[in-house]
Amino acid sequence: MLKDITLGQYFPGDTPVHRLDPRTKLLLTVAYIAAIFMVGSWGGYALVFAALVCVCAVAHIRPKALLKGLKPLVFIIVFTAILNLFFTRGDDVLFQWKALRVTYTGLERAVSMVLRILLLVSGTFLLTYTTSPLAITDGLEKLLSPLKKLHVPVYELSLMMCIALRFIPTLIEETDRIMSAQKARGADLETGTLPERAKALLPLLIPLFISAFRRADELALAMECRCYNGGEGRTRMKQLHMSWRDGVAFLLGAALIAGILLLRRLGI
Amino acid sequence: MDPIIRINNISYTYPGSDKPALDGLTLDILPGTFTAVLGSNGSGKSTLAKHLNAILTPSAGKVYVDGMDTTDEGNLLAIRRRVGMVFQNPDNQIVANVVEDDVAFAPENLGVEPHEIRRRVDAALRQVGMYEFRMHAPHLLSGGQKQRVAIAGVLAMDPEVLVLDEPTAMLDPRGRREVLAAAESLCRERGITVVLITHHMDEAIRADRVLVLDKGRIALDGAPGEIFSQTAALEALRLTVPETTALITRLNAAGMRLPTTALTDEACAAAIMEALS
Repeated sequence: MLKDITLGQYFPGDTPVHRLDPRTKLLLTVAYIAAIFMVGSWGGYALVFAALVCVCAVAHIRPKALLKGLKPLVFIIVFTAILNLFFTRGDDVLFQWKALRVTYTGLERAVSMVLRILLLVSGTFLLTYTTSPLAITDGLEKLLSPLKKLHVPVYELSLMMCIALRFIPTLIEETDRIMSAQKARGADLETGTLPERAKALLPLLIPLFISAFRRADELALAMECRCYNGGEGRTRMKQLHMSWRDGVAFLLGAALIAGILLLRRLGI
Repeated sequence: MDPIIRINNISYTYPGSDKPALDGLTLDILPGTFTAVLGSNGSGKSTLAKHLNAILTPSAGKVYVDGMDTTDEGNLLAIRRRVGMVFQNPDNQIVANVVEDDVAFAPENLGVEPHEIRRRVDAALRQVGMYEFRMHAPHLLSGGQKQRVAIAGVLAMDPEVLVLDEPTAMLDPRGRREVLAAAESLCRERGITVVLITHHMDEAIRADRVLVLDKGRIALDGAPGEIFSQTAALEALRLTVPETTALITRLNAAGMRLPTTALTDEACAAAIMEALS
C-alpha cells in the first residue's frame, strides 16, 4: 500500500517541454512565480492561465493530473478564501449578517488570492511533472555552483538530495515490511485514539531508524570503495546543454512577463 | 609472475575485542586468478577482504597492492581504484536512482573525462549483462540484477582486482547463479583477478585456488579438487563439502572408485557414467 506513494511525481515523456534544459525550467519557474505576484489585473490572471494551459498542452500533461495534485491543498485554499473574504476591511459592504461582513474589496482579494495559489502551485507542479528529480538536482547544482566560491558545499548538497531520492523507495519498502512483521505479532496500527496510534508507531519507527543508520554506514563504506573523496576534482558523465529550444523558452517567458506588465498598465 | 596482492604476516584485532580476527596471515594473490576464500562465521574472511583495499589496515604486518603499502594514506585512492569491492547487500551500495548514473559514480569521482565515462559505463554494463537496464531505477530490479549493477559500478573504475565479499548471501538461487557467472566471466575473459569471499562451498568449485580460513589463519590452501576431498578436515572446520563431493564420497564408501576431483555437476555426472559403463 505504501508503494503507491509517489514523491516528486514525474511523468516521463519526450515533448519539447521535457527536453528543455533543467536549468531553463528552474529559472523559468522562478520567473513564473515572480510574474504571478506582478499580476495587477484580471486580464493578467487570464494571460497566466492561458500560458499554463499552453504549456500543459505542449507537455501532454492532462488537466486531471494537475487537479489531482491540487487536491491536498483544498484546505489551505478554502482557509485563505475565508480569511480574505471575512477579514478584509472596506466600506463597500456587499452584505452583512450579525458580525460577519463581506466587502467587495474582500471578495476581490479572496478570489485573486485563490487564483494566485492555484496558478503558483500548478506552475511548480509542471516543473516536477516534466523534469526527473535527478535532472532537477543536476540543474540546481549547476545554477548554484557560483556559491562554491563562498564555500557553500553545493556538490555535497546535491549528492545528499540524490541519495535521499534514491533511498525513498527502499525505505518505504522497509517500512512496509516492518509494519507487516509487527502486525503479524499482533500490533494494532490502525484503530484506537490518536495518542494510542502514535504510540503504536514507536515499534515501527525504532527498527526503521536503526536500519537506516546501518544502511548509511554501509553506503558510506561502498562510496569510499568507489573512490569518493568529496566534490573536488569530480567530473560528470552527463553534461547539460542549452539549445535553441531553451532560447525560445526564455523569449516566451519574457513575453509573458511583458504581457502581464502591459495589462497591468492598461488596467485590463 | 609478481603477485598483485602480497599479504605479509598480518594480524588484526578489532577495537574493543581481545581475540584477533586475523592472526599472522601470509598470502600472495597472482594476477588473473580466481581465488575463493571460505570459512565459517568469525573465521576472519570478511576482515581479510577489508584489508585488500585498505578499508582496514593491519595492526601488524603489511599488505601490498601492486607494490603499494596500504598503510600509506597517500596510496589510498590508487589502491581503491585497483581493487574494487562489492558487498553483501546490493541495496546499500547503489548511490543514484538510475542504473547508468550509479555506474558512472566511481569514474566521476576519479575525474575521468565525460565521453570516456560514457564508454566505460556502457562497457561495464555490457560485461555484466545489464546494458538494456541502463535507464531503469535500481529499486525495481531483482537482487541478482542489483548486485550485477554494483559489480558494474566497480568495473567502471577499470580495476585489476575484484573483491566480492559474500555477494550472494542475500540473493535467491537464480540471482546467485547470475552473479557468480558474471564474476567468473570477468576473470576468464577480461583477466581480472577475482577474490570471492563466501561460505557456500558450491560457489568455490570453479575457482583456481581455494583458501579455507579458521580463527584468522589459513587452514587449507589448494586447488578446489584437493581441498574438497579432505572431507574430515572440512567438517572439523564446520564446513560442509559441495553436494557433488558428498555424493562421490558416499558412492566411494559403498565400493565405487570415483575421482574426488569431479566437482562441477557435469564432471560428477560424467565420472559416474564412466564408472557405470
